[in-house]
Amino acid sequence: MALDVAAMRRNFPIFAHQPPPFHYLDNAATGQICAAAAEALTTFETAGRANVKRGVYRLADRATQAFAEARERMAAYLGATRPEEVILTSGTTFGLNLAAHVLEARVGPGDAILVSRLEHHSNIVPWQMLAERRGARIRALGVTEEGRLDLRDLEAAIDRRTRIVAVTHCSNVTGAVTDLAPLVARARAVGALVVVDGAQRVPHGPLEVASLGCDIYALSGHKMFGATGAGALWIRHDLLETLPPFLGGGEMISRVTIEESRYAPPPHRFEAGTPPIGPVLAMGAAADWLAGLDWQAILAHEKRLTARLIAGLEALPGLRLIGPRDLDDRYGVVAFEVAGVHAHDVCQLLDGFGVCTRGGHHCAQPLMDAFGTVATVRASLAPYNDADDIDALLEGLEQVIRILR
Amino acid sequence: MTMDLYNRRIVEAAKRARERGRLADADVSVTRDNPLCGDRITLDLRFEGERIAALGLRVRGCLLTEAAATLLAERGVGATPRELWRAQEDLRRLLAGEAGEPVWPELAMFRPVAGVKSRHECVLLPFEAAAEALARGRAERA
Repeated sequence: MALDVAAMRRNFPIFAHQPPPFHYLDNAATGQICAAAAEALTTFETAGRANVKRGVYRLADRATQAFAEARERMAAYLGATRPEEVILTSGTTFGLNLAAHVLEARVGPGDAILVSRLEHHSNIVPWQMLAERRGARIRALGVTEEGRLDLRDLEAAIDRRTRIVAVTHCSNVTGAVTDLAPLVARARAVGALVVVDGAQRVPHGPLEVASLGCDIYALSGHKMFGATGAGALWIRHDLLETLPPFLGGGEMISRVTIEESRYAPPPHRFEAGTPPIGPVLAMGAAADWLAGLDWQAILAHEKRLTARLIAGLEALPGLRLIGPRDLDDRYGVVAFEVAGVHAHDVCQLLDGFGVCTRGGHHCAQPLMDAFGTVATVRASLAPYNDADDIDALLEGLEQVIRILR
Repeated sequence: MTMDLYNRRIVEAAKRARERGRLADADVSVTRDNPLCGDRITLDLRFEGERIAALGLRVRGCLLTEAAATLLAERGVGATPRELWRAQEDLRRLLAGEAGEPVWPELAMFRPVAGVKSRHECVLLPFEAAAEALARGRAERA
């Protein structure tokens, strides 16, 4: 059945607040909050606020229960084997930094950490910092001309000195979805761990993380229509048990004396201090709401819009797509350059037509270098986008080219 | 608002930045990046005493950065460090929305940028590069 976009929009409060024209095409940066998440956030902060995990009075107990349920909702959405595999964080960046710290002892001098040119800086910089701390080396998989991860010659890229392979599940610039299977197989063969940045994958429907074969999977709640300030880090349970804590503090211990501390079992070992409770509840509510949607219809809808967008862009003079032209194994994230016009100027002028796009390097400077550019314009889709949004962008671009060229 | 940002004077000034080149015999060269977008300016200065005798530049940036670089290049030659710092301060005040005539009247073309916080750095980048070049030039002469 075709997606009813008008009905979909009624689930997103932003559309009641932003006067038309309003064409929000910056979903890869942040999705709009859905009504279920907004209600969970405001209800907690205004009517149910208490700290979690410690208080025994009813208000605190209800907050603790809601927090545990949010973890269960995230575990269900991700396809985790058990809720304890889900560490609740402040977002993908925090999750990847957490991973880079708890894996530190597994990396030694002369070892290698493999990243890729397709990564967001969040999945490069923490590994560079780890490599520096441990005297290890960073290597990088390249990208194809289509903006996909280049998986040729994995045997050379992942050798016996490779300890960690850190890759994106979906590029935040090209929209390309990574074929994780060969990477995981090769990593397994040499005993390397696989860490996946799932920030751009999770807004596009539930997944089966336990079947992906990776060891760690990081995501943000705000990209999957929750509030800002929450995220999750899934770690395979047998690995999780072996890892040391990251931050020290309250909530992550089982016993503290002046001389030493014993740590709580996972996931609490990795959740020091008061967590972002409201945003976590919002993320859980978003996951629960998303899990009930017709993803076949949504993905077909997004695919149609992506096709319309790519065809429209290719018809404009001087447009260069940075990413795949085909519609398989990709999501609706489309980056492009307008010859002779800077991406920020394009985006600024598009704003005048009510079109919200992102211009810049998208925190992916190694990818920009690979394509010989410094900045691109990016349009990224969500279930509430429609053909009018795409057409407004394309018509706006025609005007921008006329004005600035 | 958006179209004000791309007023004729800014667009024309930006075009002139593309006609400029580097200095072969610079006393100081500075490269600055805008971390927001990866834009980059390389600025060359040659001094005669305290004054800027020649200025070269290469810009890889948006229209606002290009226009600001042009203004700097056209007004900066012959200026003392004090005048240039004053221009930078006036530009900051102008972007903060403060009233008053800037020391270089042409800076007023950037007044519409005041309402767009995310673009302030684009305009300031060439001036920040110049301030760094002046500081280095002074340090090297000391």
